[in-house]
Amino acid sequence: MVNILNIQGWLLVLIQTSLFILLSPLLAGWIKWLKCHLQNRRAPSLFQPYLNLWRLFNKEVLLPQNASLIFRMTPYILSGVILLAASVIPFIFVRVPSAATADVIVLVGFFALSKFFQSLAAMDIGTSFGGLGASREMTISALAEPAMLMSVFTLAMIAGSTNLSSVIETLLSQGLVLRPSLLFAFAGLVLVAIAETGRIPVDNPATHLELTMIHEAMILEYSGRMLALIEWASMTKLMIYGVLICNVFFPWGIAESISVGNVFIAFFAIAGKLFVLSICLAIGETVFAKMRLFRVSIYLSLAFTLALLGLLSHIILEVGA
Amino acid sequence: MYQLVLISLGLVFGSALLGMFADYQHSLARFLHFTLLAFAGALCAITSFAVLINNFTLVWQLPLGLPWLNWHQQLDGLSAFFLMIIGIGTLAAALYAPKYVTEYKNSGQPFAALAVPTSLFIAGMMLVVIAADAYSFMIAWELMSISSYFLVTYQHQNSANRRAGFIYLLMAHVGGLFILLSFGILAGFAPDAATAFTFDGMRAASPSLLWLTISFACALIGFGMKAGLVPIHVWLPEAHPVAPSHVSALMSGIMLKVAVYGFIRVSFDLLGEIHWGWGAALLLIACITALFGVLYALIQQDIKKMLAYSSIENIGIIFIALSLSLIFFGQNLPHLGTLGLIAALFHCLNHAMFKSLLFLGAGAVIHSSKEHDIDRMGGLIHFMPWTGIFFLLGCISISALPPSNGFVSEWLIFQTSLQAAAIDSGVLRAIIPISAAVLALTGALSAACFVKLYGTAFLGKPRIRSIKKSREVSFGMLSAQGLLVSLCVFFGIFPTFVLNLLNNIPQQLFGEGLSQAMSHGWLWLTPISAKSAEYSAPLVAFGLILALLVWAGVYFIMKPKRKLQNKGRVPPWDCGFGPLNSRMQYTGSNFSMPIRRIFSPVWELSEENKLQARNGLKEHAHTLIYRENSDDISWKIFYNPIIKMINFSTKRIGKIQTGHLRHYLAYSFFTLVALLWLIS
Repeated sequence: MVNILNIQGWLLVLIQTSLFILLSPLLAGWIKWLKCHLQNRRAPSLFQPYLNLWRLFNKEVLLPQNASLIFRMTPYILSGVILLAASVIPFIFVRVPSAATADVIVLVGFFALSKFFQSLAAMDIGTSFGGLGASREMTISALAEPAMLMSVFTLAMIAGSTNLSSVIETLLSQGLVLRPSLLFAFAGLVLVAIAETGRIPVDNPATHLELTMIHEAMILEYSGRMLALIEWASMTKLMIYGVLICNVFFPWGIAESISVGNVFIAFFAIAGKLFVLSICLAIGETVFAKMRLFRVSIYLSLAFTLALLGLLSHIILEVGA
Repeated sequence: MYQLVLISLGLVFGSALLGMFADYQHSLARFLHFTLLAFAGALCAITSFAVLINNFTLVWQLPLGLPWLNWHQQLDGLSAFFLMIIGIGTLAAALYAPKYVTEYKNSGQPFAALAVPTSLFIAGMMLVVIAADAYSFMIAWELMSISSYFLVTYQHQNSANRRAGFIYLLMAHVGGLFILLSFGILAGFAPDAATAFTFDGMRAASPSLLWLTISFACALIGFGMKAGLVPIHVWLPEAHPVAPSHVSALMSGIMLKVAVYGFIRVSFDLLGEIHWGWGAALLLIACITALFGVLYALIQQDIKKMLAYSSIENIGIIFIALSLSLIFFGQNLPHLGTLGLIAALFHCLNHAMFKSLLFLGAGAVIHSSKEHDIDRMGGLIHFMPWTGIFFLLGCISISALPPSNGFVSEWLIFQTSLQAAAIDSGVLRAIIPISAAVLALTGALSAACFVKLYGTAFLGKPRIRSIKKSREVSFGMLSAQGLLVSLCVFFGIFPTFVLNLLNNIPQQLFGEGLSQAMSHGWLWLTPISAKSAEYSAPLVAFGLILALLVWAGVYFIMKPKRKLQNKGRVPPWDCGFGPLNSRMQYTGSNFSMPIRRIFSPVWELSEENKLQARNGLKEHAHTLIYRENSDDISWKIFYNPIIKMINFSTKRIGKIQTGHLRHYLAYSFFTLVALLWLIS
């Protein structure tokens, strides 16, 4: 519960969210840079994603035949929803007014909404690629969403709240306690994040091979600023998952009160956490190969089982004790 | 005030009378029939809204029935809430039907055979929710069941309709019997024999826990059969699709809620005492129902059958919330029980709105394209833009995506299940989160299901040529959908308003409400406390609209610049193989294929591949026919053994019926001797 007329609070939201979405291409560029170096390739500049976005924004949009309102609206809805999702994530500050409007279930709902529209837009043109991508995306999300909800429910039950800010505050106030439930939830959420952001071993963001692609198949018909918006949204989504994992499971350093020093510490803390996380991601993407589509269900049921184990171990081991 | 309800009932019966004399040739009587229905629906909705918001409890008697048995009727919060749903549904159906029924002009059936049962069906539902004694309740219940049987079999020339009608009638009566037994047990323990059959008399009864449990089980079977709990749901996916679409909307959107009403009335009100074990058993059934419904909805190709299975799923969700509520009440945590009950009621309201909407939309599609199979549709949004948009909003609501109304009720159910830590028993604490997992899986699968439905039917290219001739439906049919859509959007964006309304119901039943829920103003939904969860639907919707407005602004600023470069539409990417045709699109069956493979043990799938070839040579093949069939697995597991058992035992019993007179005389003689020996 916050005072919604809190100007200073909303200003912080504005700053934090713009920082969030402006930095998300940098994270994508950095992961790509790392991966290239790990795989003995020459890396593009760290700022290449910005240049790509700039180029796409300046290109004209080619609308395919048979595109309806859904196809034309989707990039805007998608970027709007992801923007909203980015604004509710505690990035630098724990408590911002926007974090109170939507809790973690709403956050999962935002992702579901974005996937819903993206899949519909993919089916709008009537090509088989679109249907293929949409079908795979909805299958994966149908399995990933429950796993994600189970992991966040573990957090919610530990904190007694589904609000992300409250969850982080609770974990901070408890200090460093090793909980088995958190460990399981962490493992589950990492697996889900890899699937939902379309990384190896579930989807390969770098390929356009029709047998394997999921996300790229859905956006095949987009061009110009629409494509730029979708690309940017998916980079932001990657960053959202990264920040979520870092700040919820390792919340130390995040600014609980607003002062210049705290903000600086928080900024460098999250940058450091993302740095470590992206190194792990790049190594993982280099070491593992992409899975067959029908093995993804096994992978995601593993995520679901881990998350459920987390929840049960919290209920059985930690509540009574 | 209760006279207003009686007036609207009178209007419904009046419309039944008018319907008797109306036909397809003369539009005046038909028009009057539907106008009366629409007024009745509106009056009923407004009256019950007023009753609910003012927290009234009206009680009255009607001098009907046997001379010493008047009909007791009442309108408390719970009844008023469900009466409101019936009123809204009736209004929408009455707006929709006048143009829609012309589809049956050449079907050979008289209009009266549709109009009279429709009115009686609506009257039956209204009478059920205002009944305050078992006698009038059962009469109203049977009126509702039998009149809807005639609606299911309206087009009785199709054998599928006759079969569906028979199964429906059979199961409705078995269910009715169980309801009667449930009332009978309570009435048998009532202290005052004269008023034992009234609800007040039953409330005063105090049977032992065993009898209470039996009564609860009977109510569960009886009402569950009507509501569509697995495995006693089989009539539903057969009966709902074959009825005319506005009737399907009433049956799926409204009648199932009447069954839920009956269940709530008996288990939360009449039984008087709640045991957590009932909730735990129901939770299992409800979880199976929800998952089963959505998985079967996913593989359907018939648009209305898909919606019917999705109704089973939603009934499962409602019962998950109800069973959580039963568990919490049984564990002496009334404020959490209240939360579960309110979540269930909210989902009832939502499901009534969006399922009616989707059935009306499906009816519009069928009316316009003459197709039932979504794998033959495609691109309908180009031909029917308004229906397309309304249907999309319905799909968003039913997939429980924020900021829709479906999301709010599922959010409330999640919040309820997250309070499991408050329970002492470790086993219960462990199973409740599993139900949350089932709910999460159900929600995600239903999103996939409706992407499949919308993406195949409304998007893409028309798969057969006749689809291109579809045209937007008339204003009346659109306005009915528009009414339901606006209610869906309103309930989604201002959930605190609905919660305020619903809060009166547990207040009346248990003297306990959600004091916290609205304490932070209309912007904030805080079911337990502000610390544990808050959701601000208005702000989320505002944020979304703001984001879209910003983009719209950017778009219009850029537009003059863009116009110069406008090169028109381009063909989609075809891999360089030449133009794509509409047969190359993904169909609905293709779409659900990965999910079919993952959950394959759930269905009894039979696939048929047939290659048609000239001269019997494989090389001269010209057509490949692919057909897939999915039978409801509950037939195999549950019904076929019962049918076999009945056949077996009747054959054995049949052996004593030889057809010879002397044998029957011998039976009578020996029976007489045996009886004489018994009494001597």
